[in-house]
Amino acid sequence: MKARVHVMLKNGVLDPQGEAVRHALGTLGFDGVNGVRQGKVIELDLADGTPEATINEMCEKLLANTVIESYSVEVL
Amino acid sequence: MRAAVIVFPGSNCDRDMAVALKAAGADVSMVWHKDASLPENVDLVAVPGGFSFGDYLRCGAIAAKSPICKAVVTHAERGGYVLGVCNGFQVLTETGLLPGALMRNANLKFICKTVDLKVETESSAFTEGYHAGDSVGFPVAHHDGNYTVDPEGLAALVAEDRIAFTYANNPNGSISNIAGVLSANRRVLGMMPHPERAVDTGHGGTDGQALFRGLVGQFAQA
Repeated sequence: MKARVHVMLKNGVLDPQGEAVRHALGTLGFDGVNGVRQGKVIELDLADGTPEATINEMCEKLLANTVIESYSVEVL
Repeated sequence: MRAAVIVFPGSNCDRDMAVALKAAGADVSMVWHKDASLPENVDLVAVPGGFSFGDYLRCGAIAAKSPICKAVVTHAERGGYVLGVCNGFQVLTETGLLPGALMRNANLKFICKTVDLKVETESSAFTEGYHAGDSVGFPVAHHDGNYTVDPEGLAALVAEDRIAFTYANNPNGSISNIAGVLSANRRVLGMMPHPERAVDTGHGGTDGQALFRGLVGQFAQA
């Protein structure tokens, strides 16, 4: 089985990289980009039947730093 | 004083750290990240700067889960001293020994220069060689030194006098100009600037000597 983990900076945490991307889009002439947030996607190839609780534990312990990041798990 | 310097793949300030500690009189051993235990009777663990594990995933994240870091956390929980500099600070926040996190610098640039810091507290083994309010110059060399902590965490750091150093001119966007913080028991210090790169006249400054001498001196008295 496969799972996809999305890791994003929490709302309210300033994302300087996203801001830089937003500026660059403006420079290219794309108007109306009000905000950009940049995150990570991590794909996991897992043993069949791995419980979602275990994937959440992986996120809590390593894949996301929950001080500044939030995560969501998508089982594919 | 017995000190251990942890070496990760990608550490690059480990030998500078050892030199600074030895110059201050410490007995230093180097400890590889795959070791599961620290040498016996270690008083201080130093987590050096560098780019452990290539900064993969997040700076310090993989190093914080290495076998030796379990021993470092146990050492700290028993009241042992820990100094984390630069990548070492990032590792200590990732282990949870220190609050907050280090994010990408606000201007997105890698910053490599000597910066002026203000000593915020002299009440710790690390800073007792200074006076609160002293201005010191330490080099910084980092891409991810933008310290952030939630409002409750910041309030606790302020109320408990746990901000060790602040930047005179904030180079990286750190909240409240924070350059270094102490643990609740004041025995764990994490800081982005490099005191070990300011201990020899050849470095261009010796403001870091007082930190190492104070720390080692703490044990000489005991």
